[in-house]
Amino acid sequence: MSEKKYSKQHEWVTIEGDIATIGITTHAAEMLGDVVFVELPEKGKNVEKEGQAGVVESTKAASDVYTPITGEITDTNQSIVDDPGAVNKDPEGSAWFFKIKIKNKSELDQLMSKANYDKFAKENPN
Amino acid sequence: METQKTALYEYHRSLGAKFVPFAGYEMPVQYSSGIVNEHKLTRSSAGMFDVSHMGQLSIEGSKELAIELEKIIPIDLSQIKLNQSKYSFLTNEEGGIYDDLIVTKVEKGFNIILNAACKNNDFKIISGALKNKFKITLHKNLSLIALQGPKSSQILEKIISGVSSLKFMNGNKFSYNGEDVYITRSGYTGEDGFEISISNKLALDLAKKLISQNVQPIGLGARDTLRLEAGLCLYGHDINKSTNPIEANLKWAISKRRREEGGFVGYEKIKSDLNGSLSRLRVGIKPEGKIIAREGVKIFSDDDNEIGSITSGTFGPSVNRPIAMGYVKLNFSKPGTKVFLEVRGKKHEAKISELPFYKKNYVR
Repeated sequence: MSEKKYSKQHEWVTIEGDIATIGITTHAAEMLGDVVFVELPEKGKNVEKEGQAGVVESTKAASDVYTPITGEITDTNQSIVDDPGAVNKDPEGSAWFFKIKIKNKSELDQLMSKANYDKFAKENPN
Repeated sequence: METQKTALYEYHRSLGAKFVPFAGYEMPVQYSSGIVNEHKLTRSSAGMFDVSHMGQLSIEGSKELAIELEKIIPIDLSQIKLNQSKYSFLTNEEGGIYDDLIVTKVEKGFNIILNAACKNNDFKIISGALKNKFKITLHKNLSLIALQGPKSSQILEKIISGVSSLKFMNGNKFSYNGEDVYITRSGYTGEDGFEISISNKLALDLAKKLISQNVQPIGLGARDTLRLEAGLCLYGHDINKSTNPIEANLKWAISKRRREEGGFVGYEKIKSDLNGSLSRLRVGIKPEGKIIAREGVKIFSDDDNEIGSITSGTFGPSVNRPIAMGYVKLNFSKPGTKVFLEVRGKKHEAKISELPFYKKNYVR
């Protein structure tokens, strides 16, 4: 599996072959607070980079989840729909959101390294 | 206007509070353990809420004051007993609600607790109606600390002896560090608890004592989920200037004599509603799945006609499901009625529900 990359919308991405696994960052999960609802895209749907691909809700508010990668949704993590609290427990591990068949690999170059993301998140807390 | 801070602001910060602007104040929305934890701790143990942003009004006077106040507040102030508290509202000419409030009869007159966002306007309305005949003060030197949860009584009794004998919706004067404090057994969580009116100078001392007794500090986030589970209205959302108390399902708060005699602002407008010709009613709503329907979500009938909208909605940590309140046309207000909620373009099944969603026994 590739090194984890990060987007400005607070998603993380790992790559295996031409499949990207995407979730929300630990920082994003902390900012949201207790996650109580998750809505994921349908399998087979085509999504565009920076387009809306899901929804997470805390007790306070609903937030959109964006995809940092263009492509077709190949899989979604039903376990976080059934247990939304898992997003707070392991946001960058078992609580991944969806997998995408990558259409354009060059999009990956626009993502940040962990060090750069941590710096970005500090400067852009929301 | 510059953002205001309560006397406990720095203390909240030291306890790990995250702040949000609320009604002109910087208020804690949650602490480090998070809203769901704070909510559950309040239900299982005891939580401390700084509600010093709320308005604390006192008006001095006796019989004549009660008569004048009855013209703007629809409760029976001639019958209210010394140290008894009543939930009520300031009504407007259209029968709507300017604010909801708690009135307590005290030795010198009445104490009234007002919503933070409404307090300055309320002061104008009330002092205007009383035409400078009575001494009226919106206290700036007082804090208000709520202690809520099943362990509140045993904890507060250790700090201020005698409080455990107070009955729900009753108050009294107590002594703390040589100063008078006024404590009522009341709250906004559906739990047993107290609201302590205390000088800004002593507020920090009391807050620290409570925290040292294993009381958790609770922010506005959990305050909202707690009150929604308890079916309590949030002013500006579930009730406002254009909702009247009858359609808001708050008829119980208007005493029988006042319902029959009227004599308060807006009475003529709500008279027909009082007699049963309501067009809509505030109800509880339970979405069938996990979907959360928030303020503004439209409500549809089984045959796809728009019948109302949601005014508050969240996930209820103690009932472990999404819950909401809203207004629906009267013939759809019966508990169990199937409705649909339009969230992000999709319709989701829900049922009209009894309120509250969560019920606890108060000490009476």
